[in-house]
Amino acid sequence: MMSKLTSAERVKAMMITGFGVLVGLLMAIVGRNDPMGAHGWIILFFFGVLFFVVGNALYAQEPTEDRGASYYDDPTKVGIILALLWAVVGMSMGVWVASQLAWPDLRFDAAWSSFGRLRPVHTSGVIFGFGGNALIATSYHIMQRTSRARMPDQISPWFVLLGFNLFCIVAASGYIMGITQSKEYAEPEWYADIWLVVVWVVYFILYMRTLARRNEPHIYVANWYYLSFILVVAILHIVNNLALPASFTGAKSYSLFSGVQDAMTQWWYGHNAVAFFLTTGFLGMLYYFLPKRAERPIYSYRLSILSFWGIVFFYIWVGSHHLHYTALPHWVQTLGMTFSIMLLVPSWASAGNALMTLNGAWHKVRDDATLRFMMVAAVFYGLSTFEGSFMAIRPVNGLSHYTDWTVGHVHSGAMGWVAMITFGSIYALVPVLWRRETMYSWKAVEWHFWLALSGTVIYVFAMWNSGIIQGLMWRTYNEAGTLRYSFVDSLVAMHPYYIARAFGGLLFLTGACICLWNVVMTIRRVPHVAPTLDYPTSSETMEPAVPVAE
Amino acid sequence: MLKKILKPFARLFEFQARTHYRMERHSMALTFGIIIAASIGGIVEIAPLFTIDDTVEVDPDMRVYTPLEQAGRDIYIREGCYACHSQMIRTLRDEVERYGPYSLAVESQYDHPMLWGSKRTGPDLARLGDKYSDDWQVRHLVNPRDLVPESVMPQYAFLLEKPLRTDDLSDRLGALRAVGVPYTDDMILNAADDAAGQAFPDGDKADGVTERYGDATAVRYFDGRRDRLTEMDALVAYLQILGKLTDLPAKMQPIAEE
Repeated sequence: MMSKLTSAERVKAMMITGFGVLVGLLMAIVGRNDPMGAHGWIILFFFGVLFFVVGNALYAQEPTEDRGASYYDDPTKVGIILALLWAVVGMSMGVWVASQLAWPDLRFDAAWSSFGRLRPVHTSGVIFGFGGNALIATSYHIMQRTSRARMPDQISPWFVLLGFNLFCIVAASGYIMGITQSKEYAEPEWYADIWLVVVWVVYFILYMRTLARRNEPHIYVANWYYLSFILVVAILHIVNNLALPASFTGAKSYSLFSGVQDAMTQWWYGHNAVAFFLTTGFLGMLYYFLPKRAERPIYSYRLSILSFWGIVFFYIWVGSHHLHYTALPHWVQTLGMTFSIMLLVPSWASAGNALMTLNGAWHKVRDDATLRFMMVAAVFYGLSTFEGSFMAIRPVNGLSHYTDWTVGHVHSGAMGWVAMITFGSIYALVPVLWRRETMYSWKAVEWHFWLALSGTVIYVFAMWNSGIIQGLMWRTYNEAGTLRYSFVDSLVAMHPYYIARAFGGLLFLTGACICLWNVVMTIRRVPHVAPTLDYPTSSETMEPAVPVAE
Repeated sequence: MLKKILKPFARLFEFQARTHYRMERHSMALTFGIIIAASIGGIVEIAPLFTIDDTVEVDPDMRVYTPLEQAGRDIYIREGCYACHSQMIRTLRDEVERYGPYSLAVESQYDHPMLWGSKRTGPDLARLGDKYSDDWQVRHLVNPRDLVPESVMPQYAFLLEKPLRTDDLSDRLGALRAVGVPYTDDMILNAADDAAGQAFPDGDKADGVTERYGDATAVRYFDGRRDRLTEMDALVAYLQILGKLTDLPAKMQPIAEE
């Protein structure tokens, strides 16, 4: 991979990684009395390895191929593998913490292995590690194909991908050491947050520069979604993480906001992490890979526009539905509820658009597990957005909030929608990227599909049951007019569902492991094939590599 | 009839589609469109919370966390307790009867960040303070299943062995003052001593704590150990102050108190 970099790029890469080593060393020294010092060593090691990899190839031969004649796919390939590795790590953590709730002795008494410290490793591992890497990798693929242009340079895609993974490593190792600012889905401390801003700005510039080189007058719908993902996540991340470090030699910082303002800010972030990390980015994936795989054009360009702007505008209002009946002023709760219900329109427009695209290709859905992954993802997207709007209604939320119902809802979105569309896209993408005929084993894809689907269904049903039972037990009165159940009663009632949930998660994890194996075997064993029309072109006679919308 | 109602919407969508068709040829137009569309909701919902006066009740007697309690709060955050315990009693009858008067915004006005939580795998802790003895809290944290056999809470026995770090407490209180908690210079300067003083009632630093934080401040051997200041001291001190920084909720909701 180094051989594709020019010597000027190799020098640049050495300077960046060398600077990273120095920053790591500095953090290790000033933070030696604090867990931050350990992060310094991790950063030093990370950049040190990269420094040697680049340095080793510094005097290797100059690349001879013409850059304009091909897409730059190396970072995409690495990103896909990293996404799958994070999937296995993140989902394993999920199965472990789920099992701890059924069998608390699985905690094994170490300080680092409690539910509270491992849970963010699971959430960040799957959302940022698995989801984030998949988004970055697929966005590199899609932005080049839909623009019919190669990325402008070869350093910034690596910087974004590897820089983002450094963020994930610092985040996950930090939680285990107890470094967290406790903001849900934004736990990493101040220096990790600052680093992510740097990475994200480079990502945005890379995206815009690629679009600027495009050989298509219009920007394809998938790119609108990726663009909104990059932009709005930046806004959310910066505002939500505004904090003052207690000192620059330690990890601890204190949020600029407190109490009710902090609660609103956190859930403005939290729900829009769902919107702009877990929805719009993955809709970008859906809008490219689903029509491509089904070999059908997108059903309606109008619906795409309606749902895109609807999602961008409505979603940002709905965070306050996490704070019904709390000390948050009533008017904000009502606004959040109203917009949550309206949000159903653009959400279903997207899901409907995806399913209608499959009209005329249903026989392919039957035969092709890859396309079936995408179809089921669209169905779960429709189901969980409906459930979300329903749960945002204040009295419904009165029952569901604080219970496992919320957990089930999140997982029907995360497993049923986000992970399914990602796996479908990976199976569609891997043969194209590595220039192979097909995936190594179609049977393994079938197995993965059914494991993933049954795992999700078991998980979601278990959590519906436990959540609703829990919510009802908390509010049940006896004839004397006093509360009928103690809290412990409700906890005991959860036990069978917690076992079922862990089992569902285990099935899902097994599927992810099969996927990783299948991808590795495809790269190693399947014969090469020359693809048709997979190169940048400005000529009108060459068919564009994208399904033309309308 | 339906057509008549939907007509203005149809024209709106027509306009939107035409505008978008032009926009999607320019990446910067899309960029600014997205930023504007995604900013409105946040500005409308968040900005007024800082400016509308009755968003947060006013209680002049509201007390700040002592350094020991703040250190305990930082441990509570470090261990991720908020993942399973909320600190927000909603305005629902069963919650008020189970946990006590519903939570007010003023109670968390010095909480940077807030710990309202989102999940109750364990019960709400907003009014936990003084509900159980220090001894119960310590034994429960060492092994929850000794006291509640059905519990699935992790054990935290190591807190009882781990000495509490106090040398950075002045920095921490200083940062909290910078973001809005009214600590005095005196409090920040003596943070480390006050943390030790609050957990050693017989020591010479105990008087300073009540002097600076009021006579009602609990000064006890929170973890039961007289030989050293541990993280258990800090965490238990924090748990015992939960819901007791202000008595405004009890005053405002006298009926629920009976």
